[in-house]
Amino acid sequence: MTAISAQLPALQVVLPLLGAVLAALMRRGTPAFALTLAISWTLPFISGALLYQTLTGDPISYRLGGWEPPFGIEYRVDVLNAFVLMLVSSVGAVILPFAHRSVASEIDEDKHAWFYCMYLLCLAGLLGIAITGDAFNAFVFLEISSLATYVLIALGRDRRALLSAFQYLIVGTIGATLYVLGVGLIYLVTGTLNMHDLSTRLVEAYAVYPQPVLAGLAFIVVGVGLKLALFPMHVWLPNAYAYAPSVVSAFLAATATKVAVYLLIRFSFGVFGKAVAFPTLTVTDLIVGLSIAAMFVGAAAAVYQTDLKRMLAYSSVSQIGYITLGVGLANQAGLTGGIVHLANHAIMKAALFLALGAAVYRIGTCKLNDLSGIGRRMPLTMTAFAIAGFGLIGTPGTAGFISKWYLALGSLEVGGWPLLLAIVASSMIAVVYVGRVVEVMWFREESPHVKGASEAPLAMLLPILVLAAATVYFGFDTRATAGIATRAAEMLIGGLR
Amino acid sequence: MRFDVVIRVGTKLILPFILLFALYVQLHGDYGPGGGFQAGVIAAGMVILVALTFGIDQAKQVAPQALVQRMVPLGVLIFAGTGLVGMLYGQNFLDYSVLGPVAPSARERGILLVEAGVLVTVSGTMLSMFYAFVERGR
Repeated sequence: MTAISAQLPALQVVLPLLGAVLAALMRRGTPAFALTLAISWTLPFISGALLYQTLTGDPISYRLGGWEPPFGIEYRVDVLNAFVLMLVSSVGAVILPFAHRSVASEIDEDKHAWFYCMYLLCLAGLLGIAITGDAFNAFVFLEISSLATYVLIALGRDRRALLSAFQYLIVGTIGATLYVLGVGLIYLVTGTLNMHDLSTRLVEAYAVYPQPVLAGLAFIVVGVGLKLALFPMHVWLPNAYAYAPSVVSAFLAATATKVAVYLLIRFSFGVFGKAVAFPTLTVTDLIVGLSIAAMFVGAAAAVYQTDLKRMLAYSSVSQIGYITLGVGLANQAGLTGGIVHLANHAIMKAALFLALGAAVYRIGTCKLNDLSGIGRRMPLTMTAFAIAGFGLIGTPGTAGFISKWYLALGSLEVGGWPLLLAIVASSMIAVVYVGRVVEVMWFREESPHVKGASEAPLAMLLPILVLAAATVYFGFDTRATAGIATRAAEMLIGGLR
Repeated sequence: MRFDVVIRVGTKLILPFILLFALYVQLHGDYGPGGGFQAGVIAAGMVILVALTFGIDQAKQVAPQALVQRMVPLGVLIFAGTGLVGMLYGQNFLDYSVLGPVAPSARERGILLVEAGVLVTVSGTMLSMFYAFVERGR
């Protein structure tokens, strides 16, 4: 038993990787789905055990291949990345039961096994980024998850899916290149790639070579910024989410950008924190400025969308703005807000995309006008949609309120009333785009598409309801979200110079 | 068809040597330039040469599409499986020192297995891509 618990960090990544390979070898949809289901439901237990260990003890260090850090690759799990691992693996598990029917209706049968292969591969990559303590290894996992993501998006029914996957491929590759350039620069001045080792060695290096270190930070921030779709580097995101298969939109919106944000936090506070006093740098002002722009531009663009998946994608741009706002504020409350919104937004957005996915499954479209009156036909699904939508606005009693509360506290500390006003005003725009959809869904005449539609099948309904329930639950009981986020933020702020 | 006799005979003559060279690059990887990736490309190049000279149907008899598509994940399975052996013996993932009595030579054995996995995946991927391009017009 102890032997297994010592291997948990490796199993977290190796299990989905092996699963992906086996799913590809099976070549048939249903057994591949069963395998994916088994593996993706094992992963939250592994990350739960890791999270428990880090909450009650020291960070976990795992030596890959038995080589001692900083020479070998080290997996290093502390409160922050255990939280991210828990988030990614739980979302990956919860939305999977939805996948079977949705994939069956949206993707050609001979590609089903490949879909599950790519799903697990993407999961392995994302978990790998979160768990690794090695800057270059993070790049490798970034590429694994990105390549899998491109394939997943390209599997969309619409022909434009291929084009948006290609668009994302170009942008994503540029992002990864910039990231690896940044890592190269700091490797040049420190001679190490281990993040923990980097954080101490950068102190000396910064004293001697300040410019390369800052340039490295700049490359990494921009590179990761492209991956997490920080305004104005978000242009790839709406197309990618709009044309991807329904499950993929939900999965990516909930996990891929979140893991990129984790990398941003890890580098700006963890790796560079001791050396360059991140909160005092101009880059934080830049991040705050871009985040506020994202909050408004994303939300305003969402108001004008008629395709609801596109609307949710633009809303993601706006919500990512809130998360990076927390990072840019760089104080205890702000960072807590950012980290907690990682989880809360992931839960809410997954619920919203899945609810739309259920609508697409039943009526084959997610244009706003085609969905009018669907609330009466699919009451449970659309109630869940409304609840998660209220969460996006930040209504008290939902998880979104908790995130915005912390962000507001953090903003007051740094920027005073103008920042707070920006948070409230952009939330008002969210009222418009969520409210508009809820009004059409519940209070309009039924459209011809909706006639004859019925409630989503149970396997699709359950994940949606679970996520909607979580939206409400984490609005009241914040021990698991804000509690852990507070500890992670304390650790990050405490590690600063 | 009559004028390409040089090419066809030449190809037939050179095929075994290409494969041999691939194996040389594969097994000599620890002492000189080479390794699984390069060897995989060379081995796939042999099949591509068959396709160019004798047509795609001949090439598919040498390396059937079903096999090629299975080779892609199979190589990764060999790689990851080698890593798992270390775990089964109570060491960490990818620790090859358990593969033999003496740690350094055991590690070499591990690398050999891992590189074999790389060879399988790379040649499988190369051929999958080649087949995909060739089939486009059909």
